Amino acid sequence: MTVSPRAIAVAAPIAVGVLVLLAWQAACRLWHIPPYLMPAPTDIGASLAANGPALLHALRSTLAVTMAALAISVAGGVLSAFLLVQSRLIETSLMPYVIIMQVTPIVAIAPLIIILVKATMPALVVCATLIAIFPIISNTLQGLRSVDPGLESFFRMHKASRLQMLLRLRIPSALPMFMAGLRISSGLALVGAVVAEFVAGTGGSSAGLAYEILQSGFQMDIPRMFAALALITVAGLVLYGATAALQRLVLRRWQAQG
Amino acid sequence: MLAPAPTIHLQSVEKVFPNGVRGLAPLDLAVGQGELVSLIGPSGCGKSTLLKLIANLHQPSGGAVRWWGEDFSAIGREGRRLSFVFQDPTLMPWSNVATNVRLPLDLDGVPRAQAEARIMPALRQVGLEHAAKRYPAQLSGGMRMRVSIARALVTRPDLLLMDEPFGALDEFTRNRLDEDMARLCARDGLTTIFVTHSLYEAAFLSSRVIVMAADPGRIHAEYVIDPGMPRDEAFRMSDAFARICRDLTALLSEVSPRRAGEEGI
Repeated sequence: MTVSPRAIAVAAPIAVGVLVLLAWQAACRLWHIPPYLMPAPTDIGASLAANGPALLHALRSTLAVTMAALAISVAGGVLSAFLLVQSRLIETSLMPYVIIMQVTPIVAIAPLIIILVKATMPALVVCATLIAIFPIISNTLQGLRSVDPGLESFFRMHKASRLQMLLRLRIPSALPMFMAGLRISSGLALVGAVVAEFVAGTGGSSAGLAYEILQSGFQMDIPRMFAALALITVAGLVLYGATAALQRLVLRRWQAQG
Repeated sequence: MLAPAPTIHLQSVEKVFPNGVRGLAPLDLAVGQGELVSLIGPSGCGKSTLLKLIANLHQPSGGAVRWWGEDFSAIGREGRRLSFVFQDPTLMPWSNVATNVRLPLDLDGVPRAQAEARIMPALRQVGLEHAAKRYPAQLSGGMRMRVSIARALVTRPDLLLMDEPFGALDEFTRNRLDEDMARLCARDGLTTIFVTHSLYEAAFLSSRVIVMAADPGRIHAEYVIDPGMPRDEAFRMSDAFARICRDLTALLSEVSPRRAGEEGI
C-alpha cells in the first residue's frame, strides 16, 4: 500500500499532536497534578465547553481587532511602499523611521497609545497595526523593486508609459513578495491584538481573549486560561491557513505545473 | 541616385561606463538590409554592450548610432521596427503565452482585435501554436525561448537584435532553434544582429561574423560567409562549414585572453 505524501503531511502532525495530548493527560492523572498547576487536556476541554459563550465572545473581539489591523496594514503598507518606491530620496529619507517603528517594542509604546487614543477599540487596532504593517511595507517595497531587469528593458524599449510600467510590470512583479508579507502580517496582527489587549487590560463588552487570560489568572482558573490560549492558537492557525490558501490561489499561475 | 542608408550605422561609437571602465573603444560598423551579422569574442569584449547601444538601451559616450540614417525617435514607425531578444526569455510569469506574445503590441498601442489576430501566426512561426494558453512555468527552457522569439517577431520587426538567446540551452535544442532562425531570417529578409559565445552558431547563422577583442572592446576582424548557402543540417555537415569553423577558431585564438606563459588546464 502506498500513502501519498499529502496524506502524510496531514496525518503525521495530527498523530504527533494526539500522542502529546495523550502523554499530557496520562502524566496529569498518573502524578495527580492539580488542575491549578497544570490542567489535563480533558479539564481544558471541559472548561472550554462550560465557558464557551464567554470565550467565543472574547474571540470575536480579538479577531475584530486583528482583522481591522490587518486591513489597515495592507492598505497603509501598500500605499507606503508605493510612496517609498517613487524615488531613492524618499526611500532614504523615510525608511529609517519605518525601521524605528518596527524595532520599538509595542509593549513599551502601547500604554502611550492607549492614553492618546481614548476609545479602546481604535487604540487596540493602532497597536496591532504598528506590529503588522512592517512586513507588508518591506515586502511590497522589495517586490516593487524586484522587477526582472530584462523585462524592464523590454518595456522601456517599447516606450511604455509610467502607468503601463506600474500596472503591467511592477504590481504583478511585486505580488509574490506582497503575498509572503501578508502571510507574516496576518500572524503578527493577531499577536499585536493580544499584546495590546494585555496592556490595555480592557474588560466589559469588548473584552478580548487576553482579558480572559488575565482574569483567569487572577481567579486561579487555570483550565479556563488554557482554553483561551487554545482559542488564540486555533485562530492563529486558521489565519495562517487562510492567507496561505489565498497565496496559492493568487500565485497559481507563477507555479503552474504542466 | 543615393544608395539607401544602412540599417545600422555606428560612427566612432565608444562606451565608457560611469565607473571609468572603457567598454568599447571608438568603432565603426555598418549593417545592411537583410544581413545576419554575428558578434563573437571573449568575455568582456563588449559584444552585449555594442548590441545594447544599437538597441538604445545604452547611450554611447562618444560617436553616433544611426538607424536607417535617422536618430532613435524614428524607431517604431512603419519600416523602422526593432525587436530585441534577451539572453533570458524575460517572460511575464503571471501571463500566459498568448498574452506574453501580445505584450509589445499592447505597449505600442495596437488595437486589441488586431493584436489578437497576430498572436497565432507569430506562435506558428516558432511551432508553439498549441501552447498559447499555457503559462511560462509549464514550458521547457527551449519553449520559453521560442515564446520570447515569437514576442520579438509579432511586431513584424525590420531589425532583430539577439543577445546570446540560446546560450542556456542544450546543444540539441540550440541547433534546432538555430535552424529555425536561419529559415525565418532568410524567408523574411530580416536584418539580424546576433551575439553569441559559440563560433559554431555564428558560422551556421551568419552572413558576416564580427570577431571582437577585449580591453578595451573593439572589432578585431570581419569574416564574410556566402549568404547564398542554405543553412540546414547538410550545411552543418559540409566541408565548407568545417572550413568556416576552422577560420573562425584561428581568428578567435588571436584574441584569446590567455597570455603567453599561462598554464592551461
